[in-house]
Amino acid sequence: MENPVIQIRNMTKVFHLGGGNDVHALRGVSLDIYPGEMVAIMGPSGSGKSTLMNMIGCLDSPTSGEYHLDGLQVSSLVDDELAMARNQKIGFIFQKYNLLPRANAIENVELPMRYSENTDDMTGRAKEMLKLVGLEERMNHKPNELSGGQQQRVAVARALVNHPAIILADEPTGNLDSVAGQEVMDLLLKLNREKGTTIVIVTHDPGVASQAQRIIRLFDGKIVEGGLE
Amino acid sequence: MMRFFRVVKEALASIFGNKTRSFLTVLGIVIGVGSVIGMLSIGAGAQDSILGSIESIGTNTIFVMPGELGEVTNAKALTISDVDALSNRMRAPHILRVSPMVMSQTNVSSGENSLTTTFFGSYAEYADISGIDLAEGSFFNQTDIDSRSAAVVIGPDLAEELFGRRSGVVGNEVRINNSPYRVIGVTKAKGGTQFNNPDMQGYMPITTMQMRIVRQSIPNSVSYIIIQAQDSASIPLAIEEAQQILRESHRLSARQENDFTLTNQEDVANIAGQVTGILTVLLSGIAGISLLVGGIGIMNIMLVTVTERTSEIGLRKALGARKMDIMIQFLTESGLLSLIGGILGIGLGWAFSFLIGNYAANSGVPLVPVVQTETVLLATLFSTLVGLFFGWYPAQKAANMEPVEALRHE
Repeated sequence: MENPVIQIRNMTKVFHLGGGNDVHALRGVSLDIYPGEMVAIMGPSGSGKSTLMNMIGCLDSPTSGEYHLDGLQVSSLVDDELAMARNQKIGFIFQKYNLLPRANAIENVELPMRYSENTDDMTGRAKEMLKLVGLEERMNHKPNELSGGQQQRVAVARALVNHPAIILADEPTGNLDSVAGQEVMDLLLKLNREKGTTIVIVTHDPGVASQAQRIIRLFDGKIVEGGLE
Repeated sequence: MMRFFRVVKEALASIFGNKTRSFLTVLGIVIGVGSVIGMLSIGAGAQDSILGSIESIGTNTIFVMPGELGEVTNAKALTISDVDALSNRMRAPHILRVSPMVMSQTNVSSGENSLTTTFFGSYAEYADISGIDLAEGSFFNQTDIDSRSAAVVIGPDLAEELFGRRSGVVGNEVRINNSPYRVIGVTKAKGGTQFNNPDMQGYMPITTMQMRIVRQSIPNSVSYIIIQAQDSASIPLAIEEAQQILRESHRLSARQENDFTLTNQEDVANIAGQVTGILTVLLSGIAGISLLVGGIGIMNIMLVTVTERTSEIGLRKALGARKMDIMIQFLTESGLLSLIGGILGIGLGWAFSFLIGNYAANSGVPLVPVVQTETVLLATLFSTLVGLFFGWYPAQKAANMEPVEALRHE
């Protein structure tokens, strides 16, 4: 079998809130995610799923434990190396799309490339990605000229543009009505099926989670289903 | 290079995306740079004007004033016999010409026109010492001195006041203290300050002045003596000689201080240069404070901008922006803001000094503000530095944001 693209062992995260109040957001999490998988991470609020997502997304460093992402030992990286890892290995999709309001769709998709080594023909590559998500007609529109579903598709194109190891989606349908939400899910499913893109979706929506091949459930900072021992 | 170009383009888009705010933000810099440029140009103009009028006194000249500098009370008057002693070529080989000077504010009139101005009584040599050129007629000569002739040479502005014209007045009569004088010459326009305008002055033989106008308590006393050295290199020697001669003729013992003061025109020019220099520094220092305040304005707005764009910063960090990328982005923005302010400020300063120049010209003050290239370059550089300096803290704040928290920000 292939090596897992995400390999997490005994990861803990403690937030020191001051006054001796420590919050144990993650209490020893271990999991593997393999290339081409589509995985949903579920759990009630306070279960640690956001913290786990931040760890997987290299946005934060764990208190202890090991994290390998696509051959990279993330737990030992410093700030700028983490930024590089995010840029190269991870494509983020956010609940609120997080597009730059003043930039059009192409410029929004170009953004991750600007922070990468390869800045050749950014516009061409951005257009290619926008075609892939079915927005070739609206490439020069600004976010406020696009529907929520279209904005989220721009975000998907932006997530794909640096050919990351995984797509990390945080409640990607949370701000959309059911039809637009399903369109975005269909797009992600198609990418997973046809391109073999590894996708990790953090959600509390069982309807969304059920479309994934595997569900990882968190409770009280621990994995109760879908992880390793 | 492309990367930098894109950063600049993005910063410009952000600046022009909120025009009103950006304009108000740079207003402080505009006014700051504008006033610095304005003050420096006026300072440079004043310096030119003052040095010009000092040079108009004459070249290689040395003034002898009665009294020790700062102690005018027990001054011993300078007299014609001092002048005679100084004129001794054997004793003072480095002195070319000497003229005693008597100055008097007198009333001068012609027909209905009457005014009070400064008249100088001097020797005929004064025209050469002081470089007085005549537009018409001639300066008085030794014969006029000897005969105490009632002849005057007047400046073109004075001619204008008295006769309503600046030329064609030679041979006319003016009345000074109600006695008639013949105009024998009109000087060429020299220009000068309002307080020291040679074009409004008049000259007459010192003998005439002493006899008819100035009432003297000490016989043959003069206001001051003007000496011209052979050339600029012999000024120090001429001063030395003049000092020796005057000490002897005033019978000063070795222990006594000079009871007169020797000043050369170069010293005066240096002092005036220093004074205007200090004034310029002072004025632009005050103007610089507004530049500082403008910089604080930029810092203030950049802090607001950083807070407003927290989630954007979070997004950029999530997409792989390093600290340096964020830092550069915000520094570029604040640097460009103040550069734009600086450029607008240069325009404002230029307009300001142009207006001052016009105003000065209209009120007869020969002040021509000079906007120097180095001033403009300095202002541009300095305003950009102000932007970078005051943008540093907000940019640092943006760069150090934790991506998780920044993303969570509403």
